[in-house]
Amino acid sequence: MKTAARIAIVAVLLVLAAPLRAAVPSLSEVAGRYAVVASGSRLAFTVTAVGGPGIRGRFARFDGTIDIPADSVDRARVTITIYPDSVTTGQKRIDDFLKSDAVFDTANEQAIIFRSTRVRRTGEDTATIEGNLTARGRTFEETFHVRLAEAQGGNLHFHVQGKVFRSRYGMDVGTPIYSNVVDFDMDLASRRR
Amino acid sequence: MSDFRFRNTKEGYGLVAIAFHWAVAVLILGQIGLGLTMVRVADQRLAFNLIQWHKSLGLLILTLIVLRLLWRMANPRPLPLASLRRWEKAASTAVHRLLYAVFLALPLSGWVLVSASVLGIPTLVFGLFLLPHLPVGVSEAGETFWRLLHRSLAYTAIALVTVHVLAALRHHFILKDGVLRRMLRPARRTEP
Ligand code: HEM
Ligand code: HEM
Repeated sequence: MKTAARIAIVAVLLVLAAPLRAAVPSLSEVAGRYAVVASGSRLAFTVTAVGGPGIRGRFARFDGTIDIPADSVDRARVTITIYPDSVTTGQKRIDDFLKSDAVFDTANEQAIIFRSTRVRRTGEDTATIEGNLTARGRTFEETFHVRLAEAQGGNLHFHVQGKVFRSRYGMDVGTPIYSNVVDFDMDLASRRR
Repeated sequence: MSDFRFRNTKEGYGLVAIAFHWAVAVLILGQIGLGLTMVRVADQRLAFNLIQWHKSLGLLILTLIVLRLLWRMANPRPLPLASLRRWEKAASTAVHRLLYAVFLALPLSGWVLVSASVLGIPTLVFGLFLLPHLPVGVSEAGETFWRLLHRSLAYTAIALVTVHVLAALRHHFILKDGVLRRMLRPARRTEP
């Protein structure tokens, strides 16, 4: 009876403690070079509209590498390449419009590239990443907010959010009916190489 | 300087009817040109912007036509010129009625078309206020149907306007009567 009770208490404690054990791993554990992988990743974006449903889309094709040094997160490096001709919104006419010269101009512009310049840790499992975003031949500094969602074996899963003003990249078509702000909400699954 | 009338008389159109006629005529000719152009340009950015203008302009035309019809109902109707033959009177009355009917139905069908569209693109009239979508079902099939109707009405309108303009030119240059002149010069307070 007593042993059973003790086992029960230990079990309860273990269950309660489980989320704590999943806490952020040490840097030395995760240091290395990672490649962003398609499975588990999702690059979604939304553009709101006044009095309308707006646009929800995602990019189906992208590549990326994440370098995490053993000494400091601040020296981490991230490069993401998005292939805009893989954009999908669930509505072919909108996809074609986004790929046209009005927006991504995929006939002439094959890639949208983000290269980090600075990573700042903002919490246990969060950081802001500043970097240069290049689209349609124009480069501007953008900031994204990153949270480490999961670390398991050689896999890191990040949740990334950020807002980008599309007008700066010559993609202001449809403003002000459609917002100038593109709201990115991304899951990046990466595997150690 | 002249004693023109604002209201119609039995003999001629007043200034208000004339102003309505020519304002609407200019807007409609522009709108037809805009409609035919915007669905054919390759530049998608330009096409998007032209369609937004087309929707705004179409609503302005709809408003003007409604006001114009109200004004017409509140005014005497100028009698057809006495020199017109019976069939000419009948034909002009019929064409004028059809013009009113088509130019009410055409912008309305455009409004239904954008309301039924699966793209759900809002209409921000001249960038000033949001035009609500009409309560119609949103579907690919519905949108296709209303687009076809809007197009058919547009081509009908083009045919009607062509007949109407040719008739006006015939009266002026061939028959040399006062039909076009009375749509240009408002009726006087005292007829000469
Ligand atoms: C007097 C008013 C109007 C005229 C004369 C007019 C005329 C036209 C014409 C000629 C076209 C091109 C047809 C073709 O060749 O395919 C067109 C297309 C169109 N119109 Fe109008 N229109 C009017 C009002 C409106 C209004 C009020 C709206 C919406 C609020 C509207 C929405 C559209 C749209 C969305 C298209 C493109 C359809 C497509 O995708 O092919 N129109 N219109
Ligand atoms: C741009 C060339 C145009 C010319 C030269 C023209 C000429 C005329 C003339 C001379 C009349 C007077 C007929 C009469 O005395 O009985 C008239 C009446 C009328 N026109 Fe036009 N017109 C033009 C464009 C249009 C357009 C684009 C519309 C489209 C709505 C239109 C709609 C009408 C209507 C509805 C009337 C009858 C007015 C009434 O009695 O209520 N016209 N037009």
